[in-house]
Formats: sequence, structure tokens, C-alpha cells
Amino acid sequence: MMVLLSGNEAIARGAIEAGVRVAAGYPGTPSTEILEALARAGGGAYVQWSTNEKVALDVALGAAMGGVRAMATMKHVGLNVAADTFMTAAYTGVRGGLVVVSADDPGLHSSQNEQDNRLYARFAGVPLLEPADSREARDFTVLAFDLSEEFDTPVLLRTTTRIAHCRGVVTPGPVREGGPRGFERDPRKYVMLPAFARDRHAVLLRRLAALAEYAETSPVNVEEMGDPAVGIITGGIAYQYVRDVLPDASVFKLGLTHPLPLRRLREFAARVGRLIVVEELEPFLEERIRAAGVAVEGKEFFPRTGELTPDLVRAGLARAGVIPESRSRAAAREPAMPRPPVLCPGCPHVVPYLVLRSIGAVVAGDIGCYTLAAMAPLSAMDSCVAMGCSIGMALGLARAGTAPGPVVATIGDSTFLHAGIPGLIDAVYIRTPVTVLILDNGTTAMTGGQPHPGTGVTLQGTETRAVDLARLCGALGVDHVQVVDPYDVGATSQARCAATAHRGVSVVITNRPCVEAPVKIRDAPFRVIEDACTACQACMNLGCPAIAWTDGWYEGRRRVAIDGPACTGCTVCAQICPTQAIVPIAEAPGPRAHGAAPAEVAHE
Amino acid sequence: MSDVRSLLLVGVGGQGVILAGTIVASACLRAGMDVKKSEVHGMAQRGGAVYSHIRYGPRVHSPLVEEGGADVLVAFEWAEGLRWLPYLRDGGVLIINTEAVVPPAACRDRRGWTPGYPEVDVARLRGRAGEVLACNARALARRLKHQKVANTILLGVLASRLDLPDAAWQEAIAATVPASTVEINLRAYQEGRRLTFPRDTAPVDGSRRPVQARPSSRDGATAFLIDVVDGWCKGCDICVRVCPEHCLRLNGRERVEVIDAAACTGCRLCEWLCPDFAIAVRGVAPVLPDTARRTE
Repeated sequence: MMVLLSGNEAIARGAIEAGVRVAAGYPGTPSTEILEALARAGGGAYVQWSTNEKVALDVALGAAMGGVRAMATMKHVGLNVAADTFMTAAYTGVRGGLVVVSADDPGLHSSQNEQDNRLYARFAGVPLLEPADSREARDFTVLAFDLSEEFDTPVLLRTTTRIAHCRGVVTPGPVREGGPRGFERDPRKYVMLPAFARDRHAVLLRRLAALAEYAETSPVNVEEMGDPAVGIITGGIAYQYVRDVLPDASVFKLGLTHPLPLRRLREFAARVGRLIVVEELEPFLEERIRAAGVAVEGKEFFPRTGELTPDLVRAGLARAGVIPESRSRAAAREPAMPRPPVLCPGCPHVVPYLVLRSIGAVVAGDIGCYTLAAMAPLSAMDSCVAMGCSIGMALGLARAGTAPGPVVATIGDSTFLHAGIPGLIDAVYIRTPVTVLILDNGTTAMTGGQPHPGTGVTLQGTETRAVDLARLCGALGVDHVQVVDPYDVGATSQARCAATAHRGVSVVITNRPCVEAPVKIRDAPFRVIEDACTACQACMNLGCPAIAWTDGWYEGRRRVAIDGPACTGCTVCAQICPTQAIVPIAEAPGPRAHGAAPAEVAHE
Repeated sequence: MSDVRSLLLVGVGGQGVILAGTIVASACLRAGMDVKKSEVHGMAQRGGAVYSHIRYGPRVHSPLVEEGGADVLVAFEWAEGLRWLPYLRDGGVLIINTEAVVPPAACRDRRGWTPGYPEVDVARLRGRAGEVLACNARALARRLKHQKVANTILLGVLASRLDLPDAAWQEAIAATVPASTVEINLRAYQEGRRLTFPRDTAPVDGSRRPVQARPSSRDGATAFLIDVVDGWCKGCDICVRVCPEHCLRLNGRERVEVIDAAACTGCRLCEWLCPDFAIAVRGVAPVLPDTARRTE
């Protein structure tokens, strides 16, 4: 039966069919749904969220060494974290199949960079598979496990946002039977002492040569011969755009993009007139093909930044003279209203940043929803680079001695556990006076609310022991640890004062759960008493999406109203309103049904 | 390629755009089509713009719709419809919800107080699409006593303009939405499918729509002076903390001083809350050149 699966779900399906036994990962857009789908499917696989991507890959590598099929999933920048293990796993090889899934994010839909992880395959010397839709995501995952065992190597399966988050038709296949290969002691293969590792490097190079031979006959590298005037070499999502824009062209579609089938590519080049590579981001294929002595064009027509689209492929091929210039649409274009992502109504991250801004703190931020506090109106973050960076960068800023205010690191709970703890140890041990604000909302919110070791439940929902962040910080030697309710503006402000005044390392932990996950928290909503609002805009400084201007005026300024159905009842705006104009809907004077739109205001 | 149909569903995070897209794709599959659907997850969902591209036909390659390539654009929100209008092909169908979801970023002009939200005016769409089907889906959903089915109503409208069988839609809805809401969603779908345009196109009511210009009789000053009586100020910090525009600070002598008078909107919180009457805010003749609109 045919089903509609996202690329991520298709990878999970492929892993099930291939008989995966252990799968681990860390949530990260666009990779997150792979493990979630795998966990939902149940079956014989052990599936877990790890504390970070390196641990996930360690878990998977250990399982592979134990002779079962294993998978590690992560977003592109996650592979940087796991790179230490990844690079040497290419030396050790595997016993059970090991597939590393890297979901890249060209165009930075939800990432801090758009690095092209195909380069990791060449760097580490492992085979690289790139599916072009959900059907291939499933097929290639099965193939990846087979290749991994046949060639004794980890296999990198690389997707992009347009593969991971695109749904397509998949015909599931049977689940492969077959017992694990079992563990076998082999220190020369798995203990990477210099003496052993030297040998393994040579093994790796021999293996790559064998893989290059395989590439020449691999069924996932396909010539689709058509009009021989122009030959296109492409793979992944770019293949789909090429097929739409040039339905009749000759296309060499690469599914295995490292190592390349150079003999077949040369033959293809000889059969076509011009040879053009269409690929997203780096000229990864183009440079290899050119280095092999084949005349090829590519990045002079297509951007090296952002993601490709059918429009960009069309424009590039027009620039190359392959197709006529596309008709320009002269349609009047509306100046688009900006609609950047914002913190949700009731988000517990708002008040901590509000109080940090008010003291002019220099804030080293981190990766999570709270990075949005860098935007107006909170405008309270000075840096965000990589997972866990905030604390180390705060130490550097403090040591630089140039900050105009107190130096504060802000980091989410999941990010703190992922990569923040070593920075905090550093701070305590070297006695650097910084304040660390751990925004503990109990979940990995940005990726949709996955549990982490501080949550107390596993991916499957079974209860386990949660890390106690306050006690952890105390154990590291932090002598000022305070837990505060971030919905209490006064208490949060005072906690901030006490922490920044403390001479030494101080930690403040906020303790309100995310309002969206794992459960939607909806308390009694609030409203604005029209006549009491002096339009001072203090509440508008929260950036709450539930508060907006009305057509009511006060002394030349716009009054505000709260969208009842959107309000979560967090009470923060009511606390900061200087005229007590914000009250729970239930207590408000006058008839106003729950959820009614703000009354039209006539104030003239 | 011409036998592939391209649909674009656009809206704001939380409106159910992705779920609606899943229903459409599922209906295509049930009708025996090849189908691909691309969507947004992650950061953009935090109240940002959300879209779902859907393409179906005998064989689909690209999951993305080209600019000028959408046969139907379904806008679950007014401004998002305007944003994506260039993606509609000549003669394509525009289905647009007249509901406005005003983002906080559109309420930030504290000089001119003009919301940065485009006016909701269906007449402006005339000639911009082969067919314009505009309705206030949230208001229609309220009639069904179920706010959340606005997206399903719009799906019903979409279904009325596509060649997919009714049974495929109904099965897709039943298989996709939570079991407890199947019945109300099917009713909403039928409601949308039956809607006749343009009789029902008038925006029914209800949406926040701050588009009126400043009433001239209320027109105050647009520039302000903040006077501080230094000798009365005891440095309590109240005005500094309360100022929404961060105009004030305590100086080295623990006395308040004005650091950004240009940002003052004249809310006078500092004046009202000063326990020592040490601050006064005065409106002065506007220094900005935007006076034409204000003169009476």
C-alpha cells in the first residue's frame, strides 16, 4: 500500500525495514522527526534521545561494534559536535551497519549556518548517499545499511530541509529478517592507539578505492539520456528542479555522491555537448569532476548561498544560455509585511530578558527559542553562535574587561545539558565572575518539545530520573544558585540584582514550563480595560503576539487590546501595567464574552 | 509537466496550515495521484509565516511551486495572501481568509502610530487573480461554534475548485484530524464546499484591524521635552525602570538624566510615578516634517 511520508518518516521506515536495532540522536531541525517516527513505530529497535550528538554517535558506534545495525541522526551543525567520533569511526569501521544521518538546512530555515555537510564525507572518507525525495529516502536508508556492512564503514546519509520536510508517496517494503552479527574482540580495529590507527588509515584508503569501483556500477547513479546538447549532473533536491525546468535534457543523477563514478561521468561527458553541474551550496561535485579533468560548468550560473528553488534553477539555466530568459512577471508586487518568528504568548523566556535589558547587561546568548530575544522589542542578546557557546563566551567577555555592564550568559536547559556544563565548570574553577541564567522550561522547545535528561521522561514517555539542575550547579561549585519564577516580574528582577551583585559565579534558574509543549498551558485569559489604558506601550515592550494596537487613542497614542483566545494568562503584562488596566476577563467589568473580538472604539 | 497541478497554502503559525496541507496531499493520494508537499517546521512556526507547497499529477518532480506557477493560492490570513500573490499563475484562483493576524512587529511605529499591516480590502484584489474567493473563515467557524475549523472551511472552498473526488476529501479529513473532531471538521468542509461567492465574501466581522488614521481631534504633540528638577530627585530609580522607551538613566551622582528625549512618546509615566514631583513632560511644537497630515 502506498503511503504519504515525509523524508524523515521515510528514513525511519527504511531503517525499520533494514532491521535497525539501536538509534540515537539529538533533536535539531530538520532532522528531529526521524527518531520520533522510529519511536512511534515501536518494534524491536531501541530508540533514544541523547544528551548531544556526539553521545548519540558514540551510542550508535558502540552498537555497531556490538554487531547490530545502528543509526545516529542529527542536523548539520550537530555533526560538528559528533565530528570527533565521526572522523575516527571512519578508521575503525563497523561490524553491524552504521548510518549517520545529517539533515542540512540550506537557506537557514532554522539554523545558525548553512554549512554543506557533503564535505564531511570527503573529509572523513566515508560513502555519501543523497536521496532526492521520500521514496529514495527510504530506499537509500536500506542501501546505506547494506553498504555499511559490505564495506565495513559508517555511511553518511545526507538530506536537506526540502527532502526531510517534504511529503511524498512511498511504498513500504518488507522488514528484513536477520540476526545480529554479534560482538567480536578486535583491538587492532577498535582501539585507536597510534600504532593501530596508522594501519586503519591505510585500510580506509583501500576501502575508498573499492567504493569508487562500486560507484561505477551502483544502481543509484543513473544516466537519463535525452537531448544530447546539454548534459546536467545533479543529485538530491536539485535533480527534481532540473527535471521540471528541463524535462528533455540528458541528466546524470547521482545518488551516491562520494566517491564519484568518474569513469561513467567521463563517458556521459563524451556523449553530451555542454556539461553543467546543478547543486545546492558548495561546488562539491563540480570541483571533483573538474579535478578529474572533465570540462564542466556550474557555480557561475547558480548561487553558492541559500537553497535552490525551481526559479533559481530556471534563472541559472537561462544565464547559461540553455533556455530562453524566463518571462519577467511585471505583476505589481506588494511590499511584504515582515512577519518574523516571535516568542509565543506566555513564553517564560520574556521576563528574564526584560530585566536583563533594563540593567544594560552584556548578554551572551545561546541556541533555542530564546534567541528570538535578540529581536525588538526585547533586544537583549549580544551573541549566539553555537550550542553551549554562551557560557564560554561570557567568560571571555568578562576576561576581556571591556563590557559596559554585567556579563550574563543565558542558556536553555536542553542546551545547558548538551554543551553548557563544561563552560560552567571552567567559570567556577578559574573563578571568573559571570552570571549564568538557565532558562529551564523542561523541554527542547524550539524543535517541538522533545524530552531531555532534565525532563524526567524518555522519548517513549517512560519516567526516568531527571537531572536536578540546581543541585548539579551546586555540585560544580557554584555558591550562588537561585531558582526563580519567571512569571513573577519583581522576583525575577531581584534575583537578577542579587546574582549580578554576587562576587563570583552565580546561577539563576527559571522554572516555568514551556506553554506549548509537552502540554499546552492555558490559564484564565486577560483583557484590557479600555478606559484605564493610557497607551504607555509598556506591555507592547514584551513583544507578546496576543497584544496589539486598537483604533482607540489616548493623548495621541494607540491603546492596546488582548486577543482573548491567544492569551495564555501568564499575568506578566498585568504586572507591568502601571495603571492596572489589564485584568482577567472573568473579573472585568461590563459584558465581554470570552474570546470576543475587541469592541470597536469610538473615541472622538 | 502541464498535467501537474500546483497549490500553495499559506498562513501564520498556529492556523493549521500544515495540517490542512496534509489533508490535501492525502486526498490527492486517495485519488490515485502522485503528490509531493513541502512545508516549514522549526523556528518559522513561532508565530512566523508558514506555507505548504503541494503539487500533484501523474508524476511529480519538484515539491516547490515556482513563482507564477500556482493554480490555486489558499491564504489562511490576509497579509500572507498578499505576500504570496506573485506565486499565483495568470488566471489562477485565490482563496483568501479576510482575517488579520497582526504581528507585534506591525505595532512599533511610536512616532506616526501607523500599523504596518496592509489594509483588508477585498476590492484591491480585483484583477489580481482569475477568480477571487474571499471570506472571513474565523467568523464562519464561529457560526459552527468551533473556532478551530476555519482551516477546514477553507479546504472545502479549495475542494470546490479542484477535480479531486468528494470521497477522497472526506476520507482524508477523517484520517488526518483527531478522532473526536472528525464530525465537526466534515461539517466545516461541507460548509466551505457549499459557500457561494461573492455573496458570502464580505468580511463578516471580528478581526483586529487597526488601520484607521489618527483622529485629528486627538492629535497631540509628536515631540516632547522631559524636565527634571535635579534638586528634587533623590535617585529612587522608579522613572528609569518604568519608562517604556528607555529615555532615562541615573547618572554618576545618582540623579536622573535624559539620555534619549527623541524616543519619548509623552506617556508621562515618569511624571505620574515620581514620588517627588521631580519630572514633568511637555509636548512641544513638532520638529518632524510630517506635520501636513496633522494640521487642522
